[in-house]
Amino acid sequence: MSRQPYIRPVSKTTWYMRNGRYRKYMLREVTCLLVGVYSFLTIWVLATLASGSPESWNALLASQQTPAMIGFHAFALIYFLIYQSFDWFKLAPKAMPVQLGEKKLPDRYIIIAHYVAWAVVSLFVFWLAGVI
Amino acid sequence: MSMRQMELEVLRYDPEQDEAPRFQNYSVPCVDDWAILDALNYVKENIDTTLAYRWSCHMMVCGSCGMMVNGEPSLTCKTFIRDLPDHVRIEPLENFPIERDLVVVLDDVMEKLRMAKPFIIRKDPPPEDQEFTQSRAALYKFKQYTMCVNCMCCYAACPQYALDSSFIGPAVLALAHRYNLDSRDQGKAERLNLLADHDGVWECSFVGACSEVCPKSVDPAAAVQQMKIDGAKEWWKQKLGGGKS
Repeated sequence: MSRQPYIRPVSKTTWYMRNGRYRKYMLREVTCLLVGVYSFLTIWVLATLASGSPESWNALLASQQTPAMIGFHAFALIYFLIYQSFDWFKLAPKAMPVQLGEKKLPDRYIIIAHYVAWAVVSLFVFWLAGVI
Repeated sequence: MSMRQMELEVLRYDPEQDEAPRFQNYSVPCVDDWAILDALNYVKENIDTTLAYRWSCHMMVCGSCGMMVNGEPSLTCKTFIRDLPDHVRIEPLENFPIERDLVVVLDDVMEKLRMAKPFIIRKDPPPEDQEFTQSRAALYKFKQYTMCVNCMCCYAACPQYALDSSFIGPAVLALAHRYNLDSRDQGKAERLNLLADHDGVWECSFVGACSEVCPKSVDPAAAVQQMKIDGAKEWWKQKLGGGKS
């Protein structure tokens, strides 16, 4: 009897279409593109500030206030970045389990702690920016 | 007992005759409280004696009956007919070569198991003439990772392993983590040197599918993420301390 194990091919380009679990994962991972866009935006803002030119700064602000850009920011922030945050906070207890004596701290406490930390940091940033 | 006629669409592969796998349908009169494994046993005993598949204990302990059931990596002894539609597709575990029918080649994972050093490593000799005691709290730190039955459903679910089989993979890493967390063990740095590497924990991008399909709730994804943290800590310790712990 001869052995001829059969190896099933796996598509390098469409593997994530195989099931919903993988598609959801890719939806999370693709948020890195938006993070990249925001990184460039931050560099642009810093460079404009460093140039010290009020005209450039006003032009930058105006460019971000068009309906298309407001739409982009709303989409990026609400849908993708918050989705990414929800997903990661949900996964946090796996990476950072807390055991108190013989009992494991329920996951929900670790998740809530992340949301609280997120809110505190956000409020600090808003305060720093003079929004509140 | 209520009966139900089920259509099983089973992947067949005979290395001596087939160039590629094909599907074969079996119509099976199933009792509602049967598991898929019972239906396969019915086929083997009453319809087609040539069907090859692995099983042993029928009680979620031996881990041999892992297969794809309607595309989901499952232990067929705990996948019940009552939870499934009338038409069920059964395939060998994905991401492994097919030996014959529903039997896969597991050599790759067996080789990788050695890398985990799945035993207690001691630098100091263990206590003599007395029990090596361990508190319950210390046991609970790793107990969930001892539940793995090596069914390899996690490997079948892992897209990272599918794309690059040099990845050590979920079950082996979870097993290594089990020993790293054991209060009696002193081999953590040794294991991390091997496993906190490109083909080890850092190859994992946290899809989480391994934990979702695990029939024993071992949560290998959690083990891998914790090993990433341990690996990073160990790396810094060795960089800053100039030696191994």
